[in-house]
Amino acid sequence: MTQEEEKKLKLFAANVRRWVIEAVYRAKSGHPGGSLSCTDILTYLYNNALEVSPENINDPKRNRFVLSKGHCAPALYSVLGLKGFFDINDMPKLRALGSKLQGHPCMNELKGIEMSTGSLGQGIAAACGMAINAKYLDKTDYKVYTVLGDGEMQEGEVWEALMAGAHYKLDNFCVILDKNGLQIDGKVEEVMNIGDIEAKAKAFGYETRVIDGHDFQQIDAAVNDFKANAGSGKPFFIVAKTHKGMGVSFMQDNPGWHGKNPNDEEYAKAVTELDAAIKALEV
Amino acid sequence: MADMATREAYGKALAEVGADPKVVVLDADLAGSTKTGDFKKVYPDRFFDMGIAEGNMVTTAAGISTCGKTVFCSSFAIFASERACEQVRNSVCYPNLNVKVCATHAGLTVGEDGASHQCLEDLAIMRTFPNMTVLCPSDAAQTRMAIKAAAETYGPFYVRLGRMKVADVYGEFGQDVPFQIGKANQLKDGKDLTIIACGIMVQEALEAAEMLKAKGIEARVIDMFCIKPIDREAIIAASKETGLIVTAEEHMVSGGLGGAVSEVVCEEAPCKVVRFGVKDQFGQSGTPKALLEAYKLTSADLADVCEKAFANK
Repeated sequence: MTQEEEKKLKLFAANVRRWVIEAVYRAKSGHPGGSLSCTDILTYLYNNALEVSPENINDPKRNRFVLSKGHCAPALYSVLGLKGFFDINDMPKLRALGSKLQGHPCMNELKGIEMSTGSLGQGIAAACGMAINAKYLDKTDYKVYTVLGDGEMQEGEVWEALMAGAHYKLDNFCVILDKNGLQIDGKVEEVMNIGDIEAKAKAFGYETRVIDGHDFQQIDAAVNDFKANAGSGKPFFIVAKTHKGMGVSFMQDNPGWHGKNPNDEEYAKAVTELDAAIKALEV
Repeated sequence: MADMATREAYGKALAEVGADPKVVVLDADLAGSTKTGDFKKVYPDRFFDMGIAEGNMVTTAAGISTCGKTVFCSSFAIFASERACEQVRNSVCYPNLNVKVCATHAGLTVGEDGASHQCLEDLAIMRTFPNMTVLCPSDAAQTRMAIKAAAETYGPFYVRLGRMKVADVYGEFGQDVPFQIGKANQLKDGKDLTIIACGIMVQEALEAAEMLKAKGIEARVIDMFCIKPIDREAIIAASKETGLIVTAEEHMVSGGLGGAVSEVVCEEAPCKVVRFGVKDQFGQSGTPKALLEAYKLTSADLADVCEKAFANK
């Protein structure tokens, strides 16, 4: 990836963060912390890996993305809005009655959502089903990506789905863990330690990478490794180390911002920071 | 047709609807028991064993269905409807996906496996989910129709099937078994009371009606194989024309067929409703026949309940 491409992604991500804050502030509810931690991963996938657009989103051969950590819908919506799936200026309708932008992603409400998620552990399983469809039923080479949270790793179904992914040799299946280390009640390691996730994924039969989930060069390298992994018979697991609340100083690494909206003063401060970041990248 | 369990008819019907290449089948390590193995034999490339992980099986089925497939998934009713309950709700019914949960070994007649495996709550649970169609066929021929309808109709289905061999209810119809979603089958007319039954209780109801006839009581018998959407007109007519309804199901009396019929009766045409079924208790080990006798679910028990209710009408 050239420096210019990387800068473009950084600018896109800064705008995603700006819309996340705008939407959660206007909605007066939502999940800013985890949305900001997965923003760079989603930015990369929708700009450099998925090759989906409003025009080809019904193509049976399209690549698929499932946000298994469905509560981070504000980040996914911002990305989809900026990619033209709906009018980005509708972002303030997040969580409003009758809105396409439901509190958690609803596939029948918004074009571009591949699976309704929100109940943790189920998105990865649905994504696994899509990968089974590609490999065994349609016999086509589309890829399926899913992003999970580290708190979500505590759900039993995640491990059932991981087992199925390896059993069915889904080398078209890429699981990305947004490992921000925090969940509602505090630090993941204190609430219910998920242990050495890379070792566990390896033990389940996955090809693994551990990266900085905010470094586009590293995300790019890992996803390219995944693509090159086709034919190996091994599914792929990327542990992306991230910061909850990334990009907004007072939200960063603070579990208090899991599911809370900013007040007027906090909103103004976040906007000042993000607008400055956008301006610096636009130069 | 010889006596056949509805699960056996399910396996045969699956192999039949499998002629459509969009039909895919998942099981959770019970293919020999649920009879999805009959599909696997014919279409091994479209069969996936998901291991002993029923919730994951249902969500995987949902994922496959988003790719334009009609996905059947099976386990014992206790696991399909209760272990995987929230997956059925959130990953199948909420997104309105084309997944057919076909649950075998429902009710007490699982037999010797005992209470942990005797599902008595599934109809109550499944019929509350929006987008869901709930079917409970009474014999092999009707099961075939139910599976064909599920395969041909878009959307989530729950089909309740049994382990025990059952006699034909619709034998005389051959291949032309009357079957319409949302429309009950009236099997016998009568003026004194109506028995509304589903599943294995339909046969018991027909036998009970004969016993009642010998005592001068004319019972109407309705096969309410479609629990949702329920045939409101048939229930209203039964209330207005016979003035007494007895529901019969191999299920808790709360929430299932008895609950569904009572709701319609209360709202549209009040009359006395007596709910015949399992009453707030778990099952236990035993042969199916011994269990039906011990839990007072035989045709003689049903006739007795009907006779007493009629006496107090």
